[in-house]
Amino acid sequence: MKQWINKFSIKIIPWLVPLLLLISWQFLSSIGVIPKRILPAPMEVIQAAQTLMSTGELYEHITVSLGRALFGFFIGGLIGFLLGIFNGISRYSELLFDTSVQMLRNIPHLALIPLVILWFGIDETSKVFLVALGVLFPVYINTYHGIKSVDKGLIEMGKAYGLKGRALFFTVIFPGAMSSILIGIRFSLGVMWLTLIVAETISSHSGIGYMAMNAREFMQMDVIVLSVVLYALLGKLSDVIAKYFEGKLLKWDI
Amino acid sequence: MPIAREREIHIRLEGVQKSFSELEVLKDINLEIQNGEFIAIVGESGCGKSTLLRLLAGLEKPSSGVIKINESPLQQLNTNARLMFQDGRLLPWKRVIDNVHVGIPDGKKEKAREALCNVGLENRAKDWPRTLSGGQKQRVALARALVNDPNLLLLDEPLGALDALTRIEMQDLIESLWQSSGFTSILVTHDVEEAVAIADRVILIENGVIRLNRQIDLERPRQRTNLEFRLYVEEIMDNIMKRKKSNIHPLKQRILTASM
Repeated sequence: MKQWINKFSIKIIPWLVPLLLLISWQFLSSIGVIPKRILPAPMEVIQAAQTLMSTGELYEHITVSLGRALFGFFIGGLIGFLLGIFNGISRYSELLFDTSVQMLRNIPHLALIPLVILWFGIDETSKVFLVALGVLFPVYINTYHGIKSVDKGLIEMGKAYGLKGRALFFTVIFPGAMSSILIGIRFSLGVMWLTLIVAETISSHSGIGYMAMNAREFMQMDVIVLSVVLYALLGKLSDVIAKYFEGKLLKWDI
Repeated sequence: MPIAREREIHIRLEGVQKSFSELEVLKDINLEIQNGEFIAIVGESGCGKSTLLRLLAGLEKPSSGVIKINESPLQQLNTNARLMFQDGRLLPWKRVIDNVHVGIPDGKKEKAREALCNVGLENRAKDWPRTLSGGQKQRVALARALVNDPNLLLLDEPLGALDALTRIEMQDLIESLWQSSGFTSILVTHDVEEAVAIADRVILIENGVIRLNRQIDLERPRQRTNLEFRLYVEEIMDNIMKRKKSNIHPLKQRILTASM
């Protein structure tokens, strides 16, 4: 019984503060302390969500944003991962590429927005490109670092036991780098949303960011706040998924 | 008495020398090891004893001289040999049984289970290495080293990090597995008592050369409290510490001359 309560409270307690904030926000709005023009009440945001859902608009914006995010994440993540692996294992690949990657890494990718708009216009390619660019570096750095910092003793053990090439990689090196790679992925998920929000807000004609900018034109406070809430929920969701995989892949470490 | 094995192994080191850039670790090592022998190599830290083991495993090549395994020079990884390290070096992401399985890449799981049985850990097969104690980890490492039935077991201070009681348990386990399987074994250790307790022959390396090559003629199982046992330990210690001969107890000198 006691254990059950414990488990239950572990799930509930983290949500108490947000819930309390939400209730006081609703309360302050309804007694007029927070003016509608500054911040709409939670119920109004929910109503806005309902209206947009009924027209199918909300669904469309979310799908578009999610698609961009995942596509860009896939491309950037894959390139970063492969580069990290190759530079981690091969001395020559490292010599050839690492310096260049480190130089590019230090350019804030959002600074490229004007250039990217001129290159690709404001359609899909520009957002996917920016997300991919933003995601690439954290995945690269952590994969590379993970491979580099695999316990040398374990590698020597593997060699002494006759492992080499692919067998050595998949038995010792890759699993040894896994926790670092996952940190890179989790971090880059945050970068993915951040990049997308900025890119969509600056120039777009669909997606959550566009929805927010469009609502600004018409002073629809509730829709703007809804966009912010959506980003928060999507960010939390991707973190939960990443954490789930971490638990699955690193269960030997927990 | 070593039991007969299908594949015998005879090791001969001829003028083996090893340097790392400027530093000469091993100078001129000449040594012959018979099939089934248990050798212990002792010496101060940094004397090159671990390097010698790595050369025998084929992880490194001698700078000059040659290591002959059954009369043919060792060029690459010594497939006859299995190496056991001071820190177990188990893969933390593999369960105990799968760690043992690393020792036989294409072998059956059954063999791994059997090896785990031999070290008395069959009930921990499904556990993660991090849940094991230091001694248990070394047992798993021992099972992994022996699962492929090697001709030569190389032990690089495998018991150095264990507490005294677990150490003696492990020494007994290694000795009994050696007696039942008949492999040849080379143990690097800084513990002279351990060397005398387990080895047929104790080799003292100093400044990269063999300074002492002492046969231990004691019945097994050996009693550590036995006078002769203590005298062997003392003789080797004296050599390490470079104590003068005159300090040796007269009784010991008599026994030593008799045994030589």
